[in-house]
Amino acid sequence: MKEKNLLEVKDLRVSFFTPVGEVKAVDGISYSLGYNEVMGIVGESGSGKSVEAYSIIGLLQPPGRVIGGSIHFEGENILAYDKKQMQAFRGNEVSMIFQNPMTCLNPVYTIGNQLMEAYLTKEKQATKKEARERSIEMLELVGINNAAGRMKQYPHEFSGGMRQRAMIAMALICGPKLLIADEPTTALDVTIQAQILELMREIQQKTHMSIIFITHNLGVVAEICDRVSVMYGGEIVEQGSVNDIFYCPRHPYTIGLLRSMPRVDLEVKERLIPIEGTPIDLLDPPKGCKFAPRCSECMKVCLKENPPTMLVGEGDHTASCWLHVKMMLKEGA
Amino acid sequence: MTEKKPLLRVDCLYKYFPIGGGGRKRRYVQAVENVSLSIYRGETLGIVGESGCGKTTLGRCILRLTEPTRGRVSFDGDIIYDSGGLSLPRFDDQGEPLYAEDGSPLLEESKYHAPKMLPYRRKMQIIFQDPSASLDPRMTVGEIIGEALTVHRPDLKRRAYTDRVHELLDIVGLNSEHANRFPHEFSGGQQQRVGIARALAVEPDFIVCDEPVSALDVSIQSQIVNTLEDLQAEMGLTYLFIAHDISVVRHISDRIGVMYLGSVVELAKSYELYSQPLHPYSQTLLSAVPIPDPEKTRARERILLEGDIPSPINPPPGCRFHSRCPYAMEKCREASPEMKEHAPQHYAACHLLG
Repeated sequence: MKEKNLLEVKDLRVSFFTPVGEVKAVDGISYSLGYNEVMGIVGESGSGKSVEAYSIIGLLQPPGRVIGGSIHFEGENILAYDKKQMQAFRGNEVSMIFQNPMTCLNPVYTIGNQLMEAYLTKEKQATKKEARERSIEMLELVGINNAAGRMKQYPHEFSGGMRQRAMIAMALICGPKLLIADEPTTALDVTIQAQILELMREIQQKTHMSIIFITHNLGVVAEICDRVSVMYGGEIVEQGSVNDIFYCPRHPYTIGLLRSMPRVDLEVKERLIPIEGTPIDLLDPPKGCKFAPRCSECMKVCLKENPPTMLVGEGDHTASCWLHVKMMLKEGA
Repeated sequence: MTEKKPLLRVDCLYKYFPIGGGGRKRRYVQAVENVSLSIYRGETLGIVGESGCGKTTLGRCILRLTEPTRGRVSFDGDIIYDSGGLSLPRFDDQGEPLYAEDGSPLLEESKYHAPKMLPYRRKMQIIFQDPSASLDPRMTVGEIIGEALTVHRPDLKRRAYTDRVHELLDIVGLNSEHANRFPHEFSGGQQQRVGIARALAVEPDFIVCDEPVSALDVSIQSQIVNTLEDLQAEMGLTYLFIAHDISVVRHISDRIGVMYLGSVVELAKSYELYSQPLHPYSQTLLSAVPIPDPEKTRARERILLEGDIPSPINPPPGCRFHSRCPYAMEKCREASPEMKEHAPQHYAACHLLG
């Protein structure tokens, strides 16, 4: 039976048990990802966006550990997978591309060698010749010219943009249903970033895979995503369609982020309105709402208790903020 | 307000880094190639470009943290570097170019001149990109900020010295009790504030801001940008603001120079550059910047460039952009275009524009 959603994450909690104490990197997040959907996860450094993705693909390293919640992929709980099942799951069903391609490609093997290895590990019956053909086909798909010649080259002979293309080819060689892209364009220049985004969009339309796109750049999100989750301090504070988030943001953090960014398309110069304060210290998180100490609309209750996640506006637009509770109570009264 | 006379003037600046090979085979990274620009008192000149285009090298050459290969840099009327052998136009005291009776510009032959920089360091400072790497981890914040004072203001008494350090911390939005802490005790944004306080310690006129916000989180970036703007308004500072993020540069700058492979290809007022970019490279660069507005950014027409930036070791002949330019002509492969004024205060170097 085909599930409605490709990926279902419920109340996921991930903690790092460090010598100085427990760090709740991901603190109870829930979301679902449909087929053929591009979801953006935005947040600043330390908001837990990468950790969350690592736990989906089973790459969480000690001292990090999933301590609660569930992740269902096509109806199966992948947190219950053993090592072997996980290996089969990675690559075939889900694959990942990373921020810095140079650290993920092996410098002593040729690009062709690494692509074929990825294919041969997964497709046990495939011959080397098939693997080679498939690899060349993938390199062509990601827009690398002279693919057959490029197969013999080493990662250092590729430029940054080319390496990222090769990474994408490698991630897609077994036809996964879900691609997790962790800041894939952050290390690239804007013109190269535009090329890679264009490529990812093209491939997504061709293959209909789902993408989880992790980034801190709201501009990139606006460009490529269908839905957006905004993370702060290990929690999803707001979630909705890309239009919901950009045109009627409901959480003070999202509003603040959008206001604080200088925009290249404005006609007149306006002073930026920053979010005051400093990012939270995860070793010593504030009580109550994590954003409260920096929030301009902070109320007494915000400092005591964590706000519930509520539907705001239309569709599946949700936000976790006491302001909405207050508003709802007012309407009810 | 800006005046006619530039505070800083750069003429025909080159920087080639040798990278091995000997004799005739010696090869160079041509990091900065024939850059001329002026920065007026009180303004912010932004420099944008992709990685490896030479924007940081340009900033460092202006301060002579890196010795230029060729060219002239003058600051507030004094020549602080001159490689000699250049024919440069002469200017009167007001900064107006001088002309001979037949209307041709008067030229002067420059002579080698490289004075000691110490007196100028008080007037020209720099804020570095990575705050955690540019602050000495074994010095307290107070010592870091005060170090420049001990060099440039030896007359200060102990009391006045600590007062000044505390005042500086206050100016950049930190507390005076932070003076006894070490850099690692601060967040990235606070560390950058320390970097700013350090640059301000000697009351400079001119500050090179080399990617001061790119290492910071989005919500912190705007705090630092606002601080820099406030300081400029209060102290009448002049900035050279170097960054790869065009939205930030456009926000803070009065004028922007776009660099590609070591050369400035376009120089214009920041809002004009966005509304009417003339050079094909500026057009591409601007169209590639993602806008945080889904409908706008998806509806917009994109100019996508083929390929990557060529290596500055072996840049293409003629116009350096021709290998990626969608409008490249025969002429572009042969001759390098000159910087010309196409609209008031709007300069671009492209054969297409005539």
